[in-house]
Amino acid sequence: MNEMSVEQITENYYDVLKELGNIGAGNAMTALSQMLQCKVDMKVPQVRLLEFSEVGDMMGGEEQIMVGVFLGVEGDITGSMMFMVEEESARHLIQKITMGMLPPGSEFEEMGLSAMKEVGNIITGAYLNSLSTLTNLKIVPTPPALTVDMAGAILSVPAIQFGIFGDNILLIQSQFYDEIELDGYFILIPDLESYSKILSALGLMA
Amino acid sequence: MSEIIKVGMADLKTCVSPNGITTLGLGSCVGIAICDPVTKIGGLAHIMLPNSKAMKGVQQNVAKFADTGIVELVQQMEKLGAKRARMVSKIAGGATMFNFQSTSSLGQVGDRNVEATKAMLQQLKIPILAEDTGQNFGRTVIFYPATGAYHIRAVGKPEYII
Repeated sequence: MNEMSVEQITENYYDVLKELGNIGAGNAMTALSQMLQCKVDMKVPQVRLLEFSEVGDMMGGEEQIMVGVFLGVEGDITGSMMFMVEEESARHLIQKITMGMLPPGSEFEEMGLSAMKEVGNIITGAYLNSLSTLTNLKIVPTPPALTVDMAGAILSVPAIQFGIFGDNILLIQSQFYDEIELDGYFILIPDLESYSKILSALGLMA
Repeated sequence: MSEIIKVGMADLKTCVSPNGITTLGLGSCVGIAICDPVTKIGGLAHIMLPNSKAMKGVQQNVAKFADTGIVELVQQMEKLGAKRARMVSKIAGGATMFNFQSTSSLGQVGDRNVEATKAMLQQLKIPILAEDTGQNFGRTVIFYPATGAYHIRAVGKPEYII
């Protein structure tokens, strides 16, 4: 395997992630629809390359409370992945999954958080599956970790990983609806060494 | 009329009393507030990573790193008339946002940011008067050079001052 320089990787970096993001998000929504046992419509995912300073604004401000599900990626490629939804959207999802056992507006209880972790697990699992199929690489997610906090604080985790390469973060926003409109965000962060593997697997690098 | 100056992620700015300076939603990043109590010239840096020298390639944004960010902030404050020998600091952030078992160094980046911040401040002989670092929650901070008060807000907690 040829070693790539940081500059070369940065050039291809966002294009590849963008394409993978589109495909992965579609698969994730199908999985969500199966889990909720209802039709979930989605818009074409928006893939955005944002400067660090713009990220918080996009999600309704750095202090917008969000639920973040974060997991590691192991196997042929290594790295991490995150799925984020607004607090309100997360509540709605929890309501559906727990069949309304959690009253609206209540605090996130242990059961709600555990349900949310499961949603995150299924969505990110579907996302990574499509990536694995596409690249023919073995991709194994580690058990997810979940937190409820300010958007800026949650985003600092992937932002730091992107910060090693440059000053931008690649965010895949997927809007989906069942009864209400939900905004979910995916962030996929392969480690530097995994880049050439993904690129070769996709035939983008000799 | 005083205003609150906003500092973004991987960003730094100076601030003169009576103005305040803020950065929102610090996670594993560290917010370093420095002020010269005599001139009441202050500044805030929101750093993301510990060390610029550990990075490959050319790094454009000095505010991203603890080592280069703190030096740049101190220089900008000196240009406004602050004196290095009088400067004091307060630091917040460096949380571990996810309780994450992995071999990657990701889990410790908050701690490493705090360590690098302390090492750099010590090298510049700027005392740290107070800190609120580590743990597992995000923080919004507001610093007032007029009093040196560093206000911290976190989800589900009352605002506190260090």
